[in-house]
Amino acid sequence: MNDLLSSYLPIIIFMGVALGICLVLIAAPFVVAYKNPDPEKLSAYECGFNAFDDARMKFDVRFYLVAILFIIFDLEVAFLFPWAVSFGAVGWLGFWSMMVFLGVLTIGFIYEWKKGALEWD
Amino acid sequence: MLTGLEAIFFYLFAFIGVAAAFMVISARNPVHSVLYLIVTFFNAAALFLLTGAEFLAMIMLVVYVGAVAVLFLFVVMMLDVDFAELKQGALQYAPIGAIVGIVLAAELVVVLGGYAFSPELAGEIAKPTPDIAIRHNTAALGDILYTDYIHFFQIAGLVLLVAMIGAIVLTLRHKEGVRRQSIPAQVARTPETAIEIRKVESGEGI
Repeated sequence: MNDLLSSYLPIIIFMGVALGICLVLIAAPFVVAYKNPDPEKLSAYECGFNAFDDARMKFDVRFYLVAILFIIFDLEVAFLFPWAVSFGAVGWLGFWSMMVFLGVLTIGFIYEWKKGALEWD
Repeated sequence: MLTGLEAIFFYLFAFIGVAAAFMVISARNPVHSVLYLIVTFFNAAALFLLTGAEFLAMIMLVVYVGAVAVLFLFVVMMLDVDFAELKQGALQYAPIGAIVGIVLAAELVVVLGGYAFSPELAGEIAKPTPDIAIRHNTAALGDILYTDYIHFFQIAGLVLLVAMIGAIVLTLRHKEGVRRQSIPAQVARTPETAIEIRKVESGEGI
């Protein structure tokens, strides 16, 4: 148990270092940067227009379709990991059970390919 | 019982997780809510890791942070709802919301009040998951998921199939009159079908 957690120590150190760098980078400009605020510096100029409209707009529903198809195949791959790890232990029943599972999802994959759900137009 | 460093990390992740979950419901901007939700997922994954469920922790990151949170972001962006306008009328629904909340709380009290441990549970606790030093978490899961629990596994496959077909049926709309590129049709063209040669008389058009 503790072996498992101590193997994650580098990640904790990494996150600590990342947090430290973030805080330093946020704090440094307040300390060292030369500050002379001016309304002209903050106003839009040349290519910078004032916003015409709200940034929120209707999104194409096809993004949603792509995302949900991605989640489904993501889950399919998630099921493959334990199967691959204990491949020697599950025997033929485990092998064919996974083959049936993949076959069912392949039917869905063929369906979406034939329907043109993977195409963008 | 947690002790030492484990306890410190448990309380750290639990506190950040609960604080982020509170921010999910209180943030004014829904996109910020989804970002706080990602923080909550990360802390939940860390808590899974502390209990030794390494596989679940990684799946939490891959599936929830990588896919579900992105889907939520799409939904939030797709809805095109002005949430400031939405919140103005929220108070008039407060009584109905309170009634629904009271009913749910009463149901929870009834369920938890009548809660008792099954006598068979002692037998289940007697055969816990194998020790990590002997059989790894992911392998222990794989040992039983595809053979002992084959029905649930196959039903999971069917549920995924239904979700796939449902998403396509509900959202797929092909635009009419879109000219798509057809590579076989392009390759099958020959000079005989592609070019037409006509004799043009001098001073006349075709």
